[in-house]
Amino acid sequence: MTPTDRARRAETRVAWLFVAPLVVILLAVAIWPLGRTVFFAFTDAYLDNPSSYEFVGFANFVTVWEDATFWRAVRNTLVFTVVSVGIETMLGLAIALLLHRAFFGRGLVRAAILIPWAMPMVVSTRIWDWMLNDQFGLINKVLVELGIIAKGIAWTADPSLLLGVVIFIDVWVTTPFMVLLILAGLQLIPEELYEAAEVSGVPHWKRFWSITLPLVAPAIGVAMLFRTLDALRMFDLSYVLAANNANTMTMSIYARDQLIGFQDLGVGSAASTWVFLIIGLIAIVIVGLLRLDRPHH
Amino acid sequence: MASVTLKNVSKSFGVYDIIRNVDLEIGDGEFVVFVGPSGCGKSTLLRLIAGLVPVSDGAVLIGGDEVTDVPASKRGISFVFQSYALYPHMNVSRNISFALETARIGKAEIMRRVEAVAGMLKIGHLLERKPRQLSGGQRQRVAIGRALVADPEVFLFDEPLSNLDADLRTEMRFEIAKLHAEVKATMIYVTHDQTEAMTLADRIVVLNHGKVEQVGTPRELYDRPATRFVAGFLGSPKMNFAPTLLTDGRLAGPGGFSYTPGLATGTTVSEIGLRPEALTLSAQPGSDTIESTFERAEDLGHEFLCYVRIGEGLIWTVRGSGAPPAFLPGQTVHVGWRAGNLYLFDRDGQRLDHRPADRVAEEVA
Amino acid sequence: MAMRHSNATYRLIRRLKSVGLYMAVAVVMVYVLFPYYWAIVTSTRSAQEIYSFSLLPSLNLTNYVQLFSNAVFIGALVNSIVVALASTMIALAIGILAAYGFGRLHFAAGRYLLIAVLMISVFPQVVVLSGMFEVIGWLRLYNSPGALVVSYLILTLPFTTWILTSFIRDLPVELEEAALIDGCSRLRILTHVLLPLMWPAIASTGLLAFILSWNEFLFALTFILTDENRTVPVAIGLLTGSSRYEVPYGLLMAASVTVTLPLLVLVLIFQRKIVAGLTTGAVKG
Repeated sequence: MTPTDRARRAETRVAWLFVAPLVVILLAVAIWPLGRTVFFAFTDAYLDNPSSYEFVGFANFVTVWEDATFWRAVRNTLVFTVVSVGIETMLGLAIALLLHRAFFGRGLVRAAILIPWAMPMVVSTRIWDWMLNDQFGLINKVLVELGIIAKGIAWTADPSLLLGVVIFIDVWVTTPFMVLLILAGLQLIPEELYEAAEVSGVPHWKRFWSITLPLVAPAIGVAMLFRTLDALRMFDLSYVLAANNANTMTMSIYARDQLIGFQDLGVGSAASTWVFLIIGLIAIVIVGLLRLDRPHH
Repeated sequence: MASVTLKNVSKSFGVYDIIRNVDLEIGDGEFVVFVGPSGCGKSTLLRLIAGLVPVSDGAVLIGGDEVTDVPASKRGISFVFQSYALYPHMNVSRNISFALETARIGKAEIMRRVEAVAGMLKIGHLLERKPRQLSGGQRQRVAIGRALVADPEVFLFDEPLSNLDADLRTEMRFEIAKLHAEVKATMIYVTHDQTEAMTLADRIVVLNHGKVEQVGTPRELYDRPATRFVAGFLGSPKMNFAPTLLTDGRLAGPGGFSYTPGLATGTTVSEIGLRPEALTLSAQPGSDTIESTFERAEDLGHEFLCYVRIGEGLIWTVRGSGAPPAFLPGQTVHVGWRAGNLYLFDRDGQRLDHRPADRVAEEVA
Repeated sequence: MAMRHSNATYRLIRRLKSVGLYMAVAVVMVYVLFPYYWAIVTSTRSAQEIYSFSLLPSLNLTNYVQLFSNAVFIGALVNSIVVALASTMIALAIGILAAYGFGRLHFAAGRYLLIAVLMISVFPQVVVLSGMFEVIGWLRLYNSPGALVVSYLILTLPFTTWILTSFIRDLPVELEEAALIDGCSRLRILTHVLLPLMWPAIASTGLLAFILSWNEFLFALTFILTDENRTVPVAIGLLTGSSRYEVPYGLLMAASVTVTLPLLVLVLIFQRKIVAGLTTGAVKG
């Protein structure tokens, strides 16, 4: 063994010491629970007594697969994800472009924009629930006063509106996150590029399409990836607004409902495993797309 | 082609006054260089002329028309940026033609103009490359090409050579001078490099703390600086300064410096200045010499620089051609000077005209 | 220079644009801030006034008095504080150690481990729910705030590690080389040389971890059974009246305002730090 090898081994040993607490804890709270979830998915265990079980093969997976409610939840989640991330991206880009301009009080405005994001989702949901109240909500009051509608709309009770309301609230809560990430991307574009365009007489819309958008695209891509993965596991907003109402039930609510509501550890775990597989697949596809999009050099 | 006029222009960012009451007249086809230490406001002044930054007060005129509020693109100017500001995702050809595209000029005409500019700047073989595949000098040429293709009446350059190494800088300096001779447009050029200022400018504008210190030809500024600041800023190595005391019409300074200038009564003198090349060194004292301690010599081949201590914390530079004189560190040497090369500055830093008193007396007689 | 308007026209255009900019900013501000303001207004209304649409708050603090005399709410507030602080502290301590290992020491497995850590941060929480139940059962933490301190580590640890690692990588290596020459051990380098430089990053990640733990809902709902052990978000989430039409909105809004207040203060004071943390987390990821 050469001295260099010895030094390298010593460094590796020290490195493992430093990361050991992290590894131990993540094994305990992430890897092991994940493994057990997959394990229970193949059993008929119940939550009240997880230690007595029999292996049932893929039966639980089939049960979930054949459950119309599950597919309803998958559909809700996908619609919610696509629509809300889409709106958030466009709204976030618009607000980011606005806040990128120089104006008096910009620092304060940038702090204020964080507030919806920092609030507990539960609180945001309940505030909007109150504002959207059919009889006493401010939104209906304003709309009636403006003559847009004749009488109050039951925003949070009408099944056909419910998913829309969930998306509306989520857009309010998470657009700030988009704004911040896109704003950070915008700040990486040198000011001189815009000055050059200004001198050349490139109109604003063309500056946006030909300079801003191509250069901020990587930041938008990353922000959309994060938001998509986050939206796919959404739980609290739908749950607080409408509990396990079929119109807004997400994959996470469905899986938890099987597990806690019905105490069915086997089916609940199988549902969780499906959720994991679906989200994993989507993540791989998105990451692949982002990679392909990146220019090679 | 157009003249550029600034009338009482000021700019402040919040409580900071960056430009204070600048009046300036730049003639048609003139090459004017703004110089000054960093933070003096020279880049801001250029951006005010370009219209990239709105003025806080005053008026900007180009070609006799007021353009104070006219957007940059309508002022008939081109701007070459310090960082070149090339669009990183567009190739060289598109970078040059981007402005023309917007102006609804036909494809064939765009091609013709891009090729003409590329030929002039010798970048024809680079047209398909992206900026990151270019060297610093090539990027610089593309940036100039982009300015040139718009066929402006006024070219504005913001420290365009500061990111290049010394050799390329000399080469590009030459190219820019040639360009000015060819296109004959008005050019305003910002730099902190006095070599660029001295070599390129028809006239130099020296800025300090947002104010114009002096405007003039390079020779005027070098020979007759209006203030101590200009005297100290132009020239390399810098002018040597020393405090002085005026008693009974006679100036006294460190190292036995003594001089009787013919000055108007009531004038104050607080500092003397002598350029390194106006000084000589010798082992013997003479009539106009300052006694000093030899510190160190630097042999630069074609010339030498000697450092001598003329007083507490006061080191002067002496410059001469050829090989340095053979003095030893610590040795007493005598610095020779002549009244014709001596600059006097008053308490406010203004330069005073002077001649030896005996000469004045002679002329009167 | 065709089509150039007069100087005065351009001045007018510029002023109009500037007015438009401020109006757009005002619209965004109303959209972002009004709901919280309306919650404050509602929270100061008695049960009779609650259906008034006046935009000004009444100065009636009955709801707050009622809220703070409620032992369950006070208990929930204490639980929230304890859980969020404990979870943040643990995540920071472990994250800092790991970040040094990943950021500065070269070992073959490090790269893959770090990618695994990043993947864990996008796990859907529900996926670990069944297994986490078991872990918490073994630790005998079921229905206690300790269950949340432990389970929140899956949320806070990965991104703390990630952000701190990228921060340590950006610190100059020379500092460490100088310390090594001075005879410092690795741990001493971390605690005496790097840690003092890391406070900005520690503050950002700490704030993010705190906000995340403070707001968490799914685990808090699932692993806590009884009212006295709940955290505030769950208490608010589960607060209902005897029927859909009797939701005590005044009280609910008072609780919402209260639980959001600490976050509001943190956000307004540490805006830059929070943004820095969020963007290093995402931009470098």
